[in-house]
Amino acid sequence: MSAIAVTDTDGGLGRASGFARTWLPAILVFGIGLLCWQWIFPDVLGVKPFLLPRLSDVIDALWENRDALLTAAWITFKEAFGGLVLGSSVAVIASLVLARWRPLGNALIPYLIAANAIPVIAFAPITNAWFGTLSPWSKIVIAAALCFFPVLVNTLRGLTSVHPASIELMHAYACPQRTIFWKLRIPASMPYLFTALKIAAVLAMIGAVVGDYFGGSTESLGVQIQSAVALSRYEIAWAAIVVASILGSVLYGAVACAERLVIRWHPSVRAVD
Amino acid sequence: MSTPSSVVSISGLGKVFPKGGVTALENIELDVQPGEFISLIGPSGCGKSTLLRVIGDLTQPTSGEVLVNGKPAPRARLDRDYGIVFQAAVLFDWRTVAKNIALPLELLKWDRAKREARVAEMLDLVELKDFGSHYPWQLSGGMQQRVSIARALSFSPALLLMDEPFGALDEMTRERLNLELLSIWAETRSTVIFVTHSISEAVFLSTRVVVMSPRPGRIAGVVDIDLPQPRGVRAREEPRFFELVTEVREMLHAVETESEPSA
Repeated sequence: MSAIAVTDTDGGLGRASGFARTWLPAILVFGIGLLCWQWIFPDVLGVKPFLLPRLSDVIDALWENRDALLTAAWITFKEAFGGLVLGSSVAVIASLVLARWRPLGNALIPYLIAANAIPVIAFAPITNAWFGTLSPWSKIVIAAALCFFPVLVNTLRGLTSVHPASIELMHAYACPQRTIFWKLRIPASMPYLFTALKIAAVLAMIGAVVGDYFGGSTESLGVQIQSAVALSRYEIAWAAIVVASILGSVLYGAVACAERLVIRWHPSVRAVD
Repeated sequence: MSTPSSVVSISGLGKVFPKGGVTALENIELDVQPGEFISLIGPSGCGKSTLLRVIGDLTQPTSGEVLVNGKPAPRARLDRDYGIVFQAAVLFDWRTVAKNIALPLELLKWDRAKREARVAEMLDLVELKDFGSHYPWQLSGGMQQRVSIARALSFSPALLLMDEPFGALDEMTRERLNLELLSIWAETRSTVIFVTHSISEAVFLSTRVVVMSPRPGRIAGVVDIDLPQPRGVRAREEPRFFELVTEVREMLHAVETESEPSA
């Protein structure tokens, strides 16, 4: 907090030092992590390359295979993004329906909770049978299924935990349910929705890559990892994993940016401003 | 003494809560004329807030009749005949101050230009001219409550219902807002029904103070406040003010000692 206060009162110098003080610890830890990867693990601890290849080898592999990895990244990213959009949209619509007609929610929620206990990944071979092994849809559906539950539960909670006095105010102005949703429940649920979307963004990436493992387009990221491991090219597998985590971070970052734009009013966002 | 011009007219009103069968209100008779400022005062649990909510059709009575502007209370609510202010400001965090005030106008489907003009007027009225683009969390508690009052008055309802609006504020802020409320009341000529715990607030603001007894909530007495209008800061220092405060206080004490053995 004090660092932020400095940025407000000082000029450019204060801003720079404030930035450094906020981010320096994170940058330091990241650097130490890279150092361990490059030297401490292989040279000091003697970690074998098939367990964890040296960082510079992974970077070399990343550069040498950049075309294949970029293509693979794009294919898997589309699967993850498609899954995120599909799963979250269905979940948001479902949460609106369940919040509007509570008895329906009470009837369905036990089944939704039971359905959530099913390990969705186990369905990957089955979605392959449904949509075809090479179709992106078999992965999109897995990713969507993984995203669905956290978004549903969080959004439903957001829609229903509106302050009773706010509802009373809307009643005093003779608002129909539809208006109460538009003017009150939906805006109030936005912080919950974005929390869920951040979780879902990461889950979608997991769903897409694991979906690839069960047979995807030979160019997808998951298949690239598998075949690299089969050929004992661990540095390529690690390079693909690095790409996958960058994709996951991009997806997460995009949701976080959208959050900052949409709910500028919320304490979680205004505290950092 | 219900007349055709009554803003609120209540007869034989009773309210029993279904849970535990607690009688919240019993045999309430009250008639409010246009331009009156009525305070409902009484110990906690005397049903004064419930009475206000019955007038606003936010809860239903079990017996008796409530007319608002000559119409049954549910009809009056659907016609948006009243504005309401709660103890908490109940502002929407995602709306600016101006947009919060405009909420009832949006619901009434006023067009944008008309809305903006009225919001500017209301900001002026509650002395928040420079705060229209602020968010509620950037304001103090007293300022938030003024926004809430501006919102309730934005569409010029004939009746303003206020449920302990200043109960959560410090004494200084409360007295300042009392003065402001009086000048708003004089300016808008609206009828106010005001629930409060504070005897001096009730006497200072009202034309009539309705004293209620607890469990079951009944009207124990009505004190006419004959302090001259308009009232300024000095009104709180008049001997007549203290006489009236004493009268209300004694009525409240009588009511409490009466109900104690049975409680």
